[in-house]
Amino acid sequence: MNAPEQDVDTSRARGEITQHVLADKRSLYEKRKPVFPQAVDGFYRRLKWVIMAVTLAVYYVTPWLRWDRGAYAPDQAVLVDLAHRRFYMFAIEIWPHEFYYVAGLLVMAGIGLFLVTSVFGRAWCGYTCPQTVWTDLFQHIERFIDGDHNAQVRLEKAPWGPAKIARRLVKWSIWLMIAVATGGAWIFYFADAPSLARQFFAGEAPLVAYTTVAILTATTFILGGFLREQFCIYMCPWPRIQAAMMDERSALVTYKTWRGEPRGSVKQANKSPGVFGDCIDCLQCVNVCPTGIDIREGTQIGCITCALCIDACNNVMDQVGRPRGLIDYVTYEDAAREQKGEAPRSAWRNVLRPRTLLYFAGWGAIGVAMLFMLGTRSHLDISVLQDRNPAYVQLSDGSVRNNYTLKIRNMQTRPRRLEVTLSGIDNAVIWSDDGSREQASQRIVTTAPPDSVVRLRVFMAASGNGPAFEDFTFTVRALDEAGGSDSEKTRFERPEVAP
Amino acid sequence: MTKRIDEPTGTETVGHEWDGIEELDTPMPRWWLWTFYASIAFAIGYVILYPALPGITGATKGTLGWSSRGQLAEEMQAEANRRAPMLEALSRIPIERLPEDSRLMRAAVEGGRSAFKVSCVQCHGSGASGRKGYPNLNDDDWLWGGDLKAIEYTLTNGVRQPGHEGTRMSQMPAFGRDGILDARAIADVVSYVRTVSGQDKASASARRGAAVFAANCAVCHGADAKGKREFGAPNLTDPIWLYGGDRATLTATVTNARYGVMPAWGNRLDPVTIKMLAAYVHSLGGGEDFIAVAADPEVKVDERP
Repeated sequence: MNAPEQDVDTSRARGEITQHVLADKRSLYEKRKPVFPQAVDGFYRRLKWVIMAVTLAVYYVTPWLRWDRGAYAPDQAVLVDLAHRRFYMFAIEIWPHEFYYVAGLLVMAGIGLFLVTSVFGRAWCGYTCPQTVWTDLFQHIERFIDGDHNAQVRLEKAPWGPAKIARRLVKWSIWLMIAVATGGAWIFYFADAPSLARQFFAGEAPLVAYTTVAILTATTFILGGFLREQFCIYMCPWPRIQAAMMDERSALVTYKTWRGEPRGSVKQANKSPGVFGDCIDCLQCVNVCPTGIDIREGTQIGCITCALCIDACNNVMDQVGRPRGLIDYVTYEDAAREQKGEAPRSAWRNVLRPRTLLYFAGWGAIGVAMLFMLGTRSHLDISVLQDRNPAYVQLSDGSVRNNYTLKIRNMQTRPRRLEVTLSGIDNAVIWSDDGSREQASQRIVTTAPPDSVVRLRVFMAASGNGPAFEDFTFTVRALDEAGGSDSEKTRFERPEVAP
Repeated sequence: MTKRIDEPTGTETVGHEWDGIEELDTPMPRWWLWTFYASIAFAIGYVILYPALPGITGATKGTLGWSSRGQLAEEMQAEANRRAPMLEALSRIPIERLPEDSRLMRAAVEGGRSAFKVSCVQCHGSGASGRKGYPNLNDDDWLWGGDLKAIEYTLTNGVRQPGHEGTRMSQMPAFGRDGILDARAIADVVSYVRTVSGQDKASASARRGAAVFAANCAVCHGADAKGKREFGAPNLTDPIWLYGGDRATLTATVTNARYGVMPAWGNRLDPVTIKMLAAYVHSLGGGEDFIAVAADPEVKVDERP
């Protein structure tokens, strides 16, 4: 690690904002102050590399994974098939009527965020938010092309010349390529990836594919390349919601004022020992911050708790031979205890507390319930709709006919032979619209195509002598070795006999 | 109105104060202003391209020439194009062979369902269950025949349409009004009809009525009173009544006769729509099978179930 840099750009961290506000002629609009985060190495930076690699890999690779589902279903492992209203995720296939699984996942994601936030604060923002991951990637490319913090500041101030134009063009081109790949990867979740890729490059893909790629390319390029922390501070509602999820025992990136203040350089500290705190005011924490804040001003909306300032400060503390952790993950409660000279609580006690346990219990309960339902769900369903207009038909032989629409759902990805039977009215017979009353019995055999709903029109005739309303049951049963059945109770209506 | 600098944020307040609550005068981000200007530019572009500015006689047309009516016409045209091959196939297939093509049959039934709502529900009701004088099309009792071809014929030519060649024609005499039968004979024949339809037990009046029936009614309704389709004469032994099977209604029917009519839809609808209507009516549950009778013994008789 080089000696801490004292840089021209750091003046803003020392109260320039206050001066700006005090000036008489203030603008109604504030120009974005460019942020040139400096490269840093350390535990959290490496953790962020790993998380970035994993999240990006998951995003780009997932649509290309294959999963064999037999001849009648797509072989893409994760596929949101909007055209056919199916959602495939490895061994799970979700139908539109099972949307509660998606709702359940969203609730789990919500509670999971509450859980993580109540323990680690804005960990989502700092590590896994797409805005953070892509901005981090873009900033790394920026450093690769333009150099580190100081070089970037110099280049920003330099007049536009061939060298600057060339660097900008190279940087923007690489950003644009990543943006196109990002937007491009998105569409593969909604169609068979290999064939869509072929169509896409041949110019034969549907217009919506190109539009989607164009929009996501634009958002990735603009949000990752230019808006960056502006997105977090002005557009995203989540930082505001998170404030309500955190409490005095949530871990926050904290500058330990009681240890650091008053600030003074190593030289000053050597001259007058005992006066200064541990902070040597090297501004490393400010320089590495991707949102351009000064963590020493305390917790603030701009802090996404990426913890890079912890790495930067630890490196400096190592150099000057002072203990690490001047900036660290600390809870409000522990901060108060440390300030009083007491030992901080054990990490486990901050993690295991009623609030987090409650979140975890809710999160786990929904997960277990969904797994249970997924494991026990029926792949054969029947639903019966009785004709209401007319409710019954008087037949010429004195019997009465009712009409029903049966919807039989075959959720297996193979065609199945099924039988529909009626039980509860002995003298009744049923036939479908391709049968006839002469051949009617208490049973209809039909074939259900794979992965589909069969609409079966059923006519049912029974004796005209009987109650006005009579309950009975339709049962559908699979005739193959896998079996399975489902029933639905419905009723038969007759004309009411005048008393 | 005291503007001051808020200590923790270093931002100036707007100067208002409500019960001790003050508002920071935080400047808007500059890019927000750009998005505002971009929205204005978009709005101007929109006004130029699309109908926007209202005037006395109408709005500006816009340079793209878009209109909601035009869009509807386009969509209707696209739908018509989509249906064209199906309608073409329907126009070529004879209706008695429609059940052979289940896809075409389904399309015809659905098309008929829509057409029924336009032309037929006024008399037959939205559920096709009819009402007094208008037959229930769901049941298995047909005046003029219930196979696809017979239904199509009835639809095309109508019932009792004067001046229309081939219309379903028959006329029941007004036995009472025209003095063919006296009141006692009418009462007897009503008793007889109520007996054969199983509503009343045999009686002396009914026995007398049997003779009246044989002399006056059996020629159309048949000696067994089961009706004859070539005359559209209803079956009097079943529990289905077009006008009612009670004594008073039967007496009124015999006295004044009935003369139910239906338009000849061949004059108003195209043959494909009639075909679809026939398929729909046939599909309601009472449709009968068409049995082709071969005129030439060499031709195989179609005996599909």
